Amino acid sequence: MSYSGERILLSSEREGRISRFRVWIMLGVALAAILFQAYIPLFFQFLGFLELPLLVVVYFALMRRDQVAGLFIGAVVGLAQDSLSRNPLGMFGIAKTLVGYFASSIGLRLDVDNVALRFVLTFFFFLFHQFLYWVMARALLAQQIALDVQKTLLLGLLNAVVGVSLYHFLDKLREKS
Amino acid sequence: MESFLNRYRGITILLLVLFAQLVLLAVQVKNGQDVRMIRVWTVTAVSPVARIIEGFRGGGAGFLRHYILLHDADAENRRLQAEVDKLKIDNIFLKNELDTANRGQALEVLQSHIPSKTLAATMFMTGAGSGSRVVYSDRGSLFGVKRGMAVVTADGIVGKVTEAYPTASEVQLVTDPDFAAGVVSQKNGVLGTLKGQGTPLCRVDYVPTDEKVDVGEWFYTSGDDRIFPRGFPAGVVKSVRNGSPYKEIYLDPSGLQHGLEDVLILIEGVHMEIPATPPTGQPMYIGPPVPAAPQPADATAAGQAPPARPSGPGTAADTLKSQYQAVGAAEGHTFGEGEVGSKPPDFTHMGLPPSAGAAKQPPGKAPGAKPPAGQEQAAKPPVDTREEPDR
Repeated sequence: MSYSGERILLSSEREGRISRFRVWIMLGVALAAILFQAYIPLFFQFLGFLELPLLVVVYFALMRRDQVAGLFIGAVVGLAQDSLSRNPLGMFGIAKTLVGYFASSIGLRLDVDNVALRFVLTFFFFLFHQFLYWVMARALLAQQIALDVQKTLLLGLLNAVVGVSLYHFLDKLREKS
Repeated sequence: MESFLNRYRGITILLLVLFAQLVLLAVQVKNGQDVRMIRVWTVTAVSPVARIIEGFRGGGAGFLRHYILLHDADAENRRLQAEVDKLKIDNIFLKNELDTANRGQALEVLQSHIPSKTLAATMFMTGAGSGSRVVYSDRGSLFGVKRGMAVVTADGIVGKVTEAYPTASEVQLVTDPDFAAGVVSQKNGVLGTLKGQGTPLCRVDYVPTDEKVDVGEWFYTSGDDRIFPRGFPAGVVKSVRNGSPYKEIYLDPSGLQHGLEDVLILIEGVHMEIPATPPTGQPMYIGPPVPAAPQPADATAAGQAPPARPSGPGTAADTLKSQYQAVGAAEGHTFGEGEVGSKPPDFTHMGLPPSAGAAKQPPGKAPGAKPPAGQEQAAKPPVDTREEPDR
């Protein structure tokens, strides 16, 4: 099975290369992302815009190319993030479950090693995640949260930039096939 | 089935995980009424289904009961029909009871507002014969009923007692051909004699053709017959024709308009004034009298008479009537009695303060009894309008 770095669309699911990670690496990265999200903004408020758990979910889901694995990664990270926040358990869980599922579904069709594609997908899933959270907060929790579109777009760009760099680092942690 | 689950394994697990998290969310979150969302969602999800099931069950049972199992419908229909008939009879009975109560109330009002002494009676049978114009009341000589006593209702005169038995009395109705009573018209004071015709209408006889009587005019008893006191409604004129030498006036007797069950027998009749307006026929509510206001101490000390106001129950006319009755009682006079030409009570001191009345002298005539300025007008006796030249 050969992998082409020049094409974005894969001709078949089998053409995509499944990246494998050690379990402790996945757990450690996810835990680090959650801890970063929870504690770093206390000391560096300007880093509060980063949604590292989301970036980790998107990365692992894209690279695993397995819908079930992707949705479970999203659910676990989301519930963990919920447990450290004031949200009811399930808000981030549902949002990240859907992100993980759709990200892994896209990973089956696209060449997710492409940097530009990673940037676009990260930007798209950030918007999707924020929009989904906004909808659930209004529909399920009856919270009147305003959706600042411009700010969300800007944060999506920033997270996409950070995400591309993060993905490059995480690529180093993949198991050698 | 297995291939189906394998094919949609991802989406199935996704839905399961989402559902589990939704449940988790619903367990934690409460709505505005402090009810957990899982309860709200469960009730919202279950109630439509339960409603549909109940609709099917109720509809099915109703269809079964209303269209299939009709074995007792005919018996129930007959039972309900009988019940409706019974209710109709009850309704008629209650209406009659209500009418009786209304008549009784009207008579009670009449009894309390006329000066005559009356006895309430009930007509319990009519005279035998198809053309009979006599009825029988349940009051007889044991209750003080005598021949010749007048019988009235709140609407007008009914007839007179022609026979008084111990426990009953025979009453001759105004429609009887042998009945006659003196009447006077309300507007012009035209005197005549009311006679029964054996028909629902009566005739007023002996009214000269040059007298003016209009259709719709009311006739009242004149008191000349010494049976009916003056002032009771006799009826309203239905038709007037000029005859020779008397008018032909036909009257609709008002006392027979609303049945003859409850009547009043005048044990002691007292003449009344002919009212200025015809009777309305509707019982009128009369409220309780206004409580007497406390008199100012300075006014009492100055000897000023309080402003004239009705002190007794009812209207100012009732007060005036009670004053006349008080004068009559003080002088031992019984109204309705006394021969023609006998000395009437002295009404000239009526309305004066007790001290002035006790002196039986006009104000200002007694030495030292001159009222203070401003009291002279109040101390004057009321003007007797019956002695005005135009009357």
